[in-house]
Formats: sequence, structure tokens, C-alpha cells
Amino acid sequence: MQIEFEMTDDIMIVNLDGELDHHYSSVIREEIDKTIDTFHTKHLIFNFEKVSFMDSSGIGVIMGRYNKISQLGGKLLITGCSEYIDRILEMAGIYTIATRMKNVADSIALIEGDNIEKGAKSENEQ
Amino acid sequence: MNNNDKDNIQNKMKLQFSNRSENESFARVAVAAFIAPLDPTVEELTEIKTAVSEAVSNAIIHAYGENENEMVTVECLIEKDRRVVIIVTDNGIGIEDVELAREPLYTSKPDEERSGMGFTVMESFMDKLEVESTPGVGTRVIMIKKLDLAYEF
Repeated sequence: MQIEFEMTDDIMIVNLDGELDHHYSSVIREEIDKTIDTFHTKHLIFNFEKVSFMDSSGIGVIMGRYNKISQLGGKLLITGCSEYIDRILEMAGIYTIATRMKNVADSIALIEGDNIEKGAKSENEQ
Repeated sequence: MNNNDKDNIQNKMKLQFSNRSENESFARVAVAAFIAPLDPTVEELTEIKTAVSEAVSNAIIHAYGENENEMVTVECLIEKDRRVVIIVTDNGIGIEDVELAREPLYTSKPDEERSGMGFTVMESFMDKLEVESTPGVGTRVIMIKKLDLAYEF
């Protein structure tokens, strides 16, 4: 399992590549948390496009990161899941805490759209 | 197992490996390779691999508390009519309340970001799941899946 991060402003895209099981989940978890802390990331996008295998350990990784991100008011988005990874995530009710997106570009647009709305609101308030 | 069951078995294998988490991938790939001659669909193969991964992870994390000196056993039987039987056995701590353990989202280790979905995934990806456990003796997980008929072109 390989992991790659992409940053845009307060959004971090986590690109996962390979097989996500209990063995790799602890490393993945640590790497993501370290990177969130280093870059003061607010929003997280999980990109599963290149994940060829995932068992229920992936659910734990997502739930844990949601707890971290949501404390700071951040959003968690998930994209690129195969039909069967989707089934596992649905079983665990992950889509009640995370938003399922078609692709990374839409995910960024959704978060930025929210930011603009909030920005407009605070301008009005002033 | 009665004689009738024995007659049904067309092929079988038994693997034993150290209780190390890197063997989770070894176990699921080995089972996938063993059933490959049945020409399962990609979906069936993925479901079986996931179920094996869940059962082996349970042995490693829960039965043996990640003690690498212990051994996990995986058996796979191919029976008549494309029935695949997978048996994962450990000699670990056992499960006090199997019914509770099988409930979705139940975890005995809530501090460790465990999803509690292992048995639920096994149940939904296989046709049948049996869990036999004796506290202090060990656990045996039996999973059965009947593969769809292969199409001949």
C-alpha cells in the first residue's frame, strides 16, 4: 500500500494505492494524522481510485480520521470507490459521516463552494 | 464430518502460518489461488478474499492479541457443485459471547479504531458463516460459498 498526499489550501487529498488491510492500516493512519497536523489540514478527501483491495480495517481508518477532522469543523469526502468497496463502506454507514463524490475535482469544488458561501455570508455580516 | 461430506470433497488444502499481520495478504491470496481452477468471477474472488482477510485479522488481533509466536490455520475445501468451504482456526482466547461479537459495529476494542464490522462483512460476502468458540481454547470460523456456474464459451 502506498500513500500520497496533495494539498490545496486547507484541503488534503489522500491518494491510496494498493491493498488496505489491518496490516497496512496502522501505517496509513499514522501517516495521515502526521500530515494533517503538519499542514493544519481542515478538509480531507480520500481517493480510493487505485485501491485494489479493502477489508473492514479501512472503515476504522476512515472513522478515526473523521473524528479528527470533524473536531475542527472539517469535511470528509470519499471518491473513486469500486462497487465492492462502496458496499463495505455502506454496510458500516460511512456515508452518514462522509460524502460520496464522483471525482476529486467535484470534491474540491464542493468544499470550495461551501467556503465561498461562508465567505459571502461573513462579508454580509460585516 | 461424516462419510457423505468426505465424498463431496474434490480438493483441499491446509495452511499454517505465524500470527503476523503481513500474513493476512498471504492467506487471502493463497485461498484465491487455490480456488482459481473453479474460474470464479472477479466479484466472487474479491468477496472470498475479503472474508478470509476478516477472519484471519480477527485471529491475529483478537484471539492472539498480536502475539507473533502463535499460529493461525486456514483450510480450504472445494466440494461438489462448486461449493467452497473455508475454515480459519486459532487456539487463542476464544469469544465469550459469539452472538454479541457477530453484531454489526460491536467491538471488544473500542479504543483502537476497530470498526466492529468483521463478522458482518464475512456474513454478507459468503453464503453461510458459522462461529464455534470456547473461551481459553480457541475459535473456528467456517465460511461457505457456492460459486455461480461458469459459462462455457
